[in-house]
Amino acid sequence: MTQGPLASVETIIEGLAGVGYIASRRIATALYMAAHLQKPVLVEGMAGVGKTELALCAAALLGLPLIRLQCYEGLDESKALYEWKYGKQLLYTQILKDHMGQALIGAPDLATAMERLHGAGDLFFSEPFLEPRPLLQALREPGGAVLLIDEIDKSDEAFEAFLLETLSAFQVSIPELGVIKAETPPVVFLTSNNVRDLGDALKRRCLHLHIPLPDQALEERIVAARAPGVEARLRADLVAFVQTLRTLDLRKPPSISETVDWARALILLHAQALDAALVRETLNLLLKFEQDVAAVEPRIAEFLAHPPATALAR
Amino acid sequence: MSQEAALAPEPAGRTLERFLQALRAVDVRVSPAEAIDAHRAAAEVGYADRGLLKDALCVTLAKTAEETGRFDACFDTFFTRAEFAGTPPAGTPSPAGDPDASLADMLLAGDQAGLAQAMERAAARAGAESIQLNTQRALMSRRILDGMGLRQLEATIGALRADGGERDEALAERLGLARAALFEEAGRFVDRQARLYASETGRRLREQILSAEKLTAIEPHDIRAMETLVRKMARRLATRYARKRHKAKKGKLDVRRTLRRNIGHDGVPFELVWKTKTLHKPKIVVICDVSRSVAAAARFLLLFLHCLNEVVERLDAFAFSDRLVRVNDLLDEETVDDAIPLILARVGLRPTDYGHALEDFMAAHGDRLDRRTTVIILGDGRSNYADPRLDLMRRVSEGSRAVVWLNPEPETYWNQGDSKMADYSRFCHVAKTCNTLKQLERIIEDVLRAYLPR
Repeated sequence: MTQGPLASVETIIEGLAGVGYIASRRIATALYMAAHLQKPVLVEGMAGVGKTELALCAAALLGLPLIRLQCYEGLDESKALYEWKYGKQLLYTQILKDHMGQALIGAPDLATAMERLHGAGDLFFSEPFLEPRPLLQALREPGGAVLLIDEIDKSDEAFEAFLLETLSAFQVSIPELGVIKAETPPVVFLTSNNVRDLGDALKRRCLHLHIPLPDQALEERIVAARAPGVEARLRADLVAFVQTLRTLDLRKPPSISETVDWARALILLHAQALDAALVRETLNLLLKFEQDVAAVEPRIAEFLAHPPATALAR
Repeated sequence: MSQEAALAPEPAGRTLERFLQALRAVDVRVSPAEAIDAHRAAAEVGYADRGLLKDALCVTLAKTAEETGRFDACFDTFFTRAEFAGTPPAGTPSPAGDPDASLADMLLAGDQAGLAQAMERAAARAGAESIQLNTQRALMSRRILDGMGLRQLEATIGALRADGGERDEALAERLGLARAALFEEAGRFVDRQARLYASETGRRLREQILSAEKLTAIEPHDIRAMETLVRKMARRLATRYARKRHKAKKGKLDVRRTLRRNIGHDGVPFELVWKTKTLHKPKIVVICDVSRSVAAAARFLLLFLHCLNEVVERLDAFAFSDRLVRVNDLLDEETVDDAIPLILARVGLRPTDYGHALEDFMAAHGDRLDRRTTVIILGDGRSNYADPRLDLMRRVSEGSRAVVWLNPEPETYWNQGDSKMADYSRFCHVAKTCNTLKQLERIIEDVLRAYLPR
């Protein structure tokens, strides 16, 4: 992996920009280290800051399939790793019932019959009856894959512990089949919204990447990449407005995805410049709580008039 | 300018080790395995590009957002070498790193790089990494200066002065000035070391002391630090106990229900039914005394209550001094800072009347008690000689799973004066003194473990 898109941090930044993800140096370094040290990356940050998007774009950059495992309370091995196709097994035993009888007809004694049955039993716990779930799929992908374990903090502690083997050795043990080891270790991203503290053992095995909210310049570049078609001046204005909102004490300050949504909405509305009426009508794209909207609405004109620095100083 | 040159004499791996030590001092946890990762990361990216090295080490070592912040600050402090701010080099500087050059020669030649290096070496010999407390700073800078050859310098100056020649006098004057500058430089150097290695240790020491301090005796300026501590504890409890409840499925086949469901398939079990176990959610009722006699402790009890409210899903919180009110709405909607004054304003700081409060509780909320409820009472049991209504206390005790009473007063004070604690404690499963944060945490943890139904 020393050639190609992962050769250096610079090529990663360029490559990600090519697929529409404007990465800071730290993000690119994390991806570089992940590929070279073969460690998973734990990505933290506010909702909408581009955690999941990073994995999607990394997959696009590397030309690898993206395999996604969405975590939720109660997620267990059978949903994450593998399951036996119970229905298929049962169906086959029913269909083959007569056949099995015939197979046993010639058996001279009970021991031989048992012997033959053992062979058949193993057949039913073999590859064709295995239903691979995301983790197993990612390990068995011959050319490697990008594995996204989304919102790991929503899963139970038991599941987190179960992940440890997979993440540190890139292998899983299936009792009936043995240990399955990845030929090419997948690039793994775990995302967390910090609903709960993750265990130290898991954190230790991961590289940690915290994506902060971007500054004005970076956010303008992100908007330019994600919502092309917004005029430069309008783009600067709208990003400045969002940056101002973030200095306020809001319940949910707007993150990057909200800024991009807003920019796209402004394109649809053929807006040329920001004015108070337009902002008021589209404010619900930026703020997701009634209290926040109520707090911001009366001050829109003031925020538009002042650049963020003065608003901060107030 | 002296950056690369000064780094050179020490193997890079050793520098990294010292940096890891500095990181540990600022409370970024670096386990041996992570240290190995750090070395691998550094080997991967090399030491040439400082920004790259910083990012690479950051993703391997810092494991939370706060740690990232601390890492950045520590990295910048550690890898910044103050340029010597003395006189600019007069004449040709001696080759950097000449270990034989005397201090006086370097000062006179204005050899910044040489001085910086000599200081590093002296600091390493004096054990500057081991600096733990700010009070050790003066001693440490003295040791470093001694290590750089201060004695010899003083002797030189003394000898020059004694000679009395005009040229010698001027030279002694110059050296004296340079020495003063060197003192300042050493002071700054040690300050930086202290920032690196001592600041967090000091904070941790303080937290240790605070957590054993009596809640009633906390100084006002420590309250902020105390609140952070309480929140930390509550969060720790939260992660440990919030998840215990979701273990419904045990992976056992429910044969009876499977057979019944599959009668239509001729008894062939196409649809499987698993045994599930309904888990009772814990239910906690907390009654908190906020009267004048426990005013100092009440603030922390409320704070803990607020944090506990985030841990336990079904928490009913009540506060009282003479009348009792339910405060769940305040705890849910307001932040800690707002909720506590509001609660205190609503019912707080009036003379206590336990009997009255129990009456209120049983009349309005008695039906909240059942066999799954744990009742926690926080208070001193001092009822101003009013009727303690032990009959109601018995009903509370009988109607719930357990009653836990936490009293900020030591046991020897119970039942002295107007305290009815000894009487009340007969109806409690646990009655304990709890007046430091440590005790509070231990007791609450015991309660969560022992008295919450699984």
